[in-house]
Amino acid sequence: MGLAAQEAKPLVPDPALEAQLQTLYQQLRCLVCQNQSLAESNAPLAEDLRNEIREMAATGKTQTQIVEYLVARYGDFVLYNPPVKANTLLLWIGPFVLLLIAVLVGGWVLRSSKKNLQDTPLDKAESEQLLQLLNKEMK
Amino acid sequence: MKRLLILGPLLLFILLAVFLARGLYQDPSELPSPLLGKTAPQFGLTELPSQPGETAATFSPQAMLGQVWLFNVWASWCAACREEHSILLQLADTHVLPIIGLDYKDTAADALPWLVHAGGNPYAHVAQDITGRVGIDYGVYGVPESYVIDKKGVIRYKQIGALTAKNLQDTILPLVKRLQSE
Repeated sequence: MGLAAQEAKPLVPDPALEAQLQTLYQQLRCLVCQNQSLAESNAPLAEDLRNEIREMAATGKTQTQIVEYLVARYGDFVLYNPPVKANTLLLWIGPFVLLLIAVLVGGWVLRSSKKNLQDTPLDKAESEQLLQLLNKEMK
Repeated sequence: MKRLLILGPLLLFILLAVFLARGLYQDPSELPSPLLGKTAPQFGLTELPSQPGETAATFSPQAMLGQVWLFNVWASWCAACREEHSILLQLADTHVLPIIGLDYKDTAADALPWLVHAGGNPYAHVAQDITGRVGIDYGVYGVPESYVIDKKGVIRYKQIGALTAKNLQDTILPLVKRLQSE
């Protein structure tokens, strides 16, 4: 009597579907451990949600439908990529506004410091000295 | 213009301080629920029997139409639920509104003795959500959670985490009073 070693069964019936869903899991936040995605989390809720998503996908629901289903229950917070809305506008355009301010301030500072420079031409002795130095370098 | 430039860092600091101070007082684990103002999701679940193994009726939120009720998600494995339980018992004693429990991802064998140890059963009905499916429909992610549902079956308030005597007095009971007179 011998126990034959069996090959490990895949955790889910359809590995191809699971691979597809993996990218979706990565875009969704686990609500219990908020800095992990559904793909990473081992929390029971994350497991339940993965099961739910798997079943929805198996019955032919599209990824958009699945995402809508989750947003209806948990809000935009489940999405790692927040949609552009009135209350997320600052999030989306804030960095560009800051960049614009930085460029404007930078430009202004540069221009005003240039204004302070006075163009004083070299006198004869100085330009001769300069020529000598340059010639030395060339040799 | 130059004077303005000197004020720049100060203004920047104030702006930053305002944002950081806001962040300090926000609890990132409390999320606004998209379910507020929406009809409470329907379900039909077997109720918690009075004895393990006994058959029990089915509970559906439809049965509560016409009443303002508190829907409390709890479980025997949830530590904060034990703390909250005395508040629920007190609330049940006042008969202000019916409390319906959702025993989330739990078994009758664990839940029944837990209720006895915790000091009694404050619930008018307890629905058993063994798989956690109904929990997902209600957007539950941290037990205990409580919902105030109005006469038309619309979710009007959601509390994540344990109810306290303070938020019951300050927020929930005044809301319930208003909803009951609607």
